[in-house]
Amino acid sequence: MSILVRNVSKRFGDFAALDDVSLDVESGSLTALLGPSGSGKSTLLRIVAGLDAADTGEILLSGKDATALTPQKRNVGFVFQHYAAFKHMTVRDNIAFGLKVRKRPKAEIRERVEELLSLVQLQGLGHRYPAQLSGGQRQRMGLARALAPEPQVLLLDEPFGALDARVRAELREWLRQLHDVVHVTTVFVTHDQAEAMEISDQIAVLNHGRLEQVGAPRELYDEPASEFVMRFVGDANLVGNALVRPHDLELLETSEEDAVEAMIVRLTMLGRDVKVELHDGEGAEIVALLERDRFEALGLWRGQTVWVRPQRERVFAEAG
Amino acid sequence: MRRYGLRVVALGYLAVILVGPLAIVFWRTFEDGIGPARDALTSPETIHAFKLTLLITAIAVPVNTVFGVVCALAIVRRRFPGKGLLNAFVDLPLALSPVVVGLALFLLYGREGWFGGWLEERGIDVLFALPSMVIATIFVSLPFVAREVIPTLREIGDEQEQAARTLGASGWQTFWRITLPSIRWAVVYGVILTTARCLGEYGAVAVVSGRIQGKTETATLRVQERYESFDLAGAYAISIVLALMAIFVLVAMTVIRPKEETA
Repeated sequence: MSILVRNVSKRFGDFAALDDVSLDVESGSLTALLGPSGSGKSTLLRIVAGLDAADTGEILLSGKDATALTPQKRNVGFVFQHYAAFKHMTVRDNIAFGLKVRKRPKAEIRERVEELLSLVQLQGLGHRYPAQLSGGQRQRMGLARALAPEPQVLLLDEPFGALDARVRAELREWLRQLHDVVHVTTVFVTHDQAEAMEISDQIAVLNHGRLEQVGAPRELYDEPASEFVMRFVGDANLVGNALVRPHDLELLETSEEDAVEAMIVRLTMLGRDVKVELHDGEGAEIVALLERDRFEALGLWRGQTVWVRPQRERVFAEAG
Repeated sequence: MRRYGLRVVALGYLAVILVGPLAIVFWRTFEDGIGPARDALTSPETIHAFKLTLLITAIAVPVNTVFGVVCALAIVRRRFPGKGLLNAFVDLPLALSPVVVGLALFLLYGREGWFGGWLEERGIDVLFALPSMVIATIFVSLPFVAREVIPTLREIGDEQEQAARTLGASGWQTFWRITLPSIRWAVVYGVILTTARCLGEYGAVAVVSGRIQGKTETATLRVQERYESFDLAGAYAISIVLALMAIFVLVAMTVIRPKEETA
């Protein structure tokens, strides 16, 4: 049930959508493909599903070469951003589709559909048509439909992208719980780093068709391999020629070595933390996060001049 | 007031252009009572003409339905060289006068034509016989299904089809279970327009059929023949039946259509 992507490249005309990408997805894990739009993350997912073909490179599913297989033969579940619900079928028939085309016995299909309806919390809505469901319900139906034929891997292409913030957060949490129950190897595409950090075991960061870094959420945050990853996963300030996380900045009331003079332009309470926005001598913006206690001990105010000192900084060769 | 203004213009236009002539045909048919109309409709030549029209329609409509759907799928879902040309050629019958189509068939299948000699050696009659009339009718009614289906296919997109493929459906299963149900009303609409066009075809068939009474005379040709023989009541009676068939087909369409949109 593992996925191996080996040296996959894909061009659309002059545009290199994927450039020599290799990635291991462990069996049973939940992996995020994270990147800005146009980074190639959806293309990679579609190539794994067989919906697009790689120009070069291989896809191995459960150790077997699947590069030449059609999507029909890959036994993957795919969830689309815009649901791709079969509009002329009821929820029940949508979910049963993958079983019907496999000519499973009717009784088995009925049982499996009921089981999935309750798994995705759509009990009692089986007779409805997709048009009669909310976005969140439609996407849960899409998930049940994808899971019905017991796929080797579950692939989700920006599954929550079309939903509003509250439903998005709910479904995200719910997907994580679902994954803990179903244990199917899952890969999902997102451009939202918070979403990727929150639910995945492993994140692959893509940029301009290249894989920047693969690792656990913590690894990416604490040990970013490139300036891009540092900036894309979490926030970062450029102080001098180094990149610093907002909570790795120390604010001082007096000038000290390695400290940069800056003026406070805005203070925002974020609950436990306080966000301090500053402008340095050249007017460049610096954002610092202080714990509430520290903030109160310093007694900071808007317009005050302070000295900013990075406590943990990173210099990347490409920075500057 | 403006709302009514628009309606008056639209309905008035329809009344003058469509309803007026139709009403006159109705009126003239029964001017001398029902007798002449009945006589004209029950003559063996007329019955044969209607049977021939229905036969040609029954062949041309299924052929053009299959072609139209395949053609629409090719144009919307596939990339291939010459696609733009195909797209343009589908509309050709709408732009070309049916008489020109008839003449073109004459050039192809006539004794001196490209295929004419070859067919004649094998004793196959195309001109002045059913085959050329069917071909002519297929030609003039070709665009309707494709033109209805193409925008619908574009609108529904191919995500549902992709989803079906990932769920293990073959291309054939995907077509029958996903694509066809999604475009079914466009197909129905196209079939109805095609049928109406086939029933009413005159020009191309007039050229290739030879208008042999009781043999290659369709209902529309029969109308012309009756008219030229000064049997106005007969011409009107046949016209009315043709008009009623077309109206029935169009009403059937409007009855079917709204159900879909409110579902």
